[in-house]
Amino acid sequence: MKLPRQGRMRAAFVMLIAFVLQSIPLPTALDVVRPPLLVLAVVYWSLRAPGVGGIGIGFLSGLALDIYRGALFGQYALATTLVAYIGVRQHLLIRNQTPFQQGLFVFASLVVWEFVVWLIDGWTGQPTGNWSRWLPVLSGTVAWPLVAWLLERGDTHAHR
Amino acid sequence: MAAFASGKRYLSQRSAPIDLRFVGYAAACVALMFFDQRGGWLETVRYGLRATAYPLELALSSPSAAWRFTREIFEERAALQVENRALRDENRKLQLLAMQRARLERDNAELRALATGATDVVEQWLHADVIGSETTSLKQRLTVDRGAVNGVFEGQAVIAGAGLIGQSFRVGPWSTEIILLSDPEHAVPVQLTRTGVRTLALGSGETSLLSLPYLPLQTDVRAGDQLITSGLGGVFPAGIPVAEITEVRRDGNSPLAQVRARTYAALDRDRIVSFIWPRTAHPAAGGKPRAEQGGDPDARK
Repeated sequence: MKLPRQGRMRAAFVMLIAFVLQSIPLPTALDVVRPPLLVLAVVYWSLRAPGVGGIGIGFLSGLALDIYRGALFGQYALATTLVAYIGVRQHLLIRNQTPFQQGLFVFASLVVWEFVVWLIDGWTGQPTGNWSRWLPVLSGTVAWPLVAWLLERGDTHAHR
Repeated sequence: MAAFASGKRYLSQRSAPIDLRFVGYAAACVALMFFDQRGGWLETVRYGLRATAYPLELALSSPSAAWRFTREIFEERAALQVENRALRDENRKLQLLAMQRARLERDNAELRALATGATDVVEQWLHADVIGSETTSLKQRLTVDRGAVNGVFEGQAVIAGAGLIGQSFRVGPWSTEIILLSDPEHAVPVQLTRTGVRTLALGSGETSLLSLPYLPLQTDVRAGDQLITSGLGGVFPAGIPVAEITEVRRDGNSPLAQVRARTYAALDRDRIVSFIWPRTAHPAAGGKPRAEQGGDPDARK
């Protein structure tokens, strides 16, 4: 945040990594439980450095997901933007919470994210899938501490 | 509340309030969804975006593709080799079968032709495979795999395909040398079907070509006339198709016409020939009684 330009570069790089990790083809058994790393990264940046990307980064990430997954244009974008908005809006509150409570917040964010996508699927008459579409919410929550730790570590090193 | 206030202050440094920006983005998303659902120009955009995303997709799928590729190289090599060997074996077998089938088809066609070419004077026939041939301008001979033990006798008429090809010449126990019509030493008594004129057809030394040197200039003969055996001479039964006149030359220096004919049977190509036994009671049968012919055709019935 001291160097917004450099911060944005870093954010873009991290988002790219997250996108790649989320998009690499995996066997179906692993794919259904793959944590939504891109969304986790969006949540992280919203909480950690709202000034770097904020809502815009959420919007762009969501559009990337729309394109890559062949979804309705704006579907993932809306969900991810909403999650980013909530994160930015609440970042000062959440930062002061315990890791467990932060985890709860991430869980709630993922639920909202998946819920929006699910709603739009339903409204636009696309297949809504079964319960397994909610598995990434759980795996994402489980993966959150690791993701946050990794990103935090990178941040600390970068700013030293 | 202090934390919240500081957040507001921080956020107020941005160009637009966070709520407003969110509403803007959300509206953009909804608009996108609306237009995308309606179809139209967004289809083109999506098409273009998918095109630009393709290299990325390719790159993303490359690790797993590489993994599969490596696994195939190392693990499936043996399996592929086994499969390859099996396929090669099978291919060889099939090639053999195909060759056999082609041969059978050819044989079948020739046998059909033999059956139709034989006249009703033929009482019995014996098929033989050609196992050797000599077709020079001095000798036109075939060797076949039937001989005295099969009842073949010397001077027996041999037909193939569409007509006569010659007669047995030297009979061995298991094989026979056949002298072809086109052998320069061979002559066959023939008759022109159109006019009934009888003459001799001599071998020319060229495959399938006969010459008829004993026809006077004024003989009514022309290209296209058919020649059959006349039944004279006692070797060939009458009525077997022999050849078709191809060329008639008359020049004033010679009292005889120069006539050439081409045999119906393809002397150089037939692979199956038939020895024939004429019906002895038939008026068209050759002069020699069968008892004198040495062989016992009934044994081969």
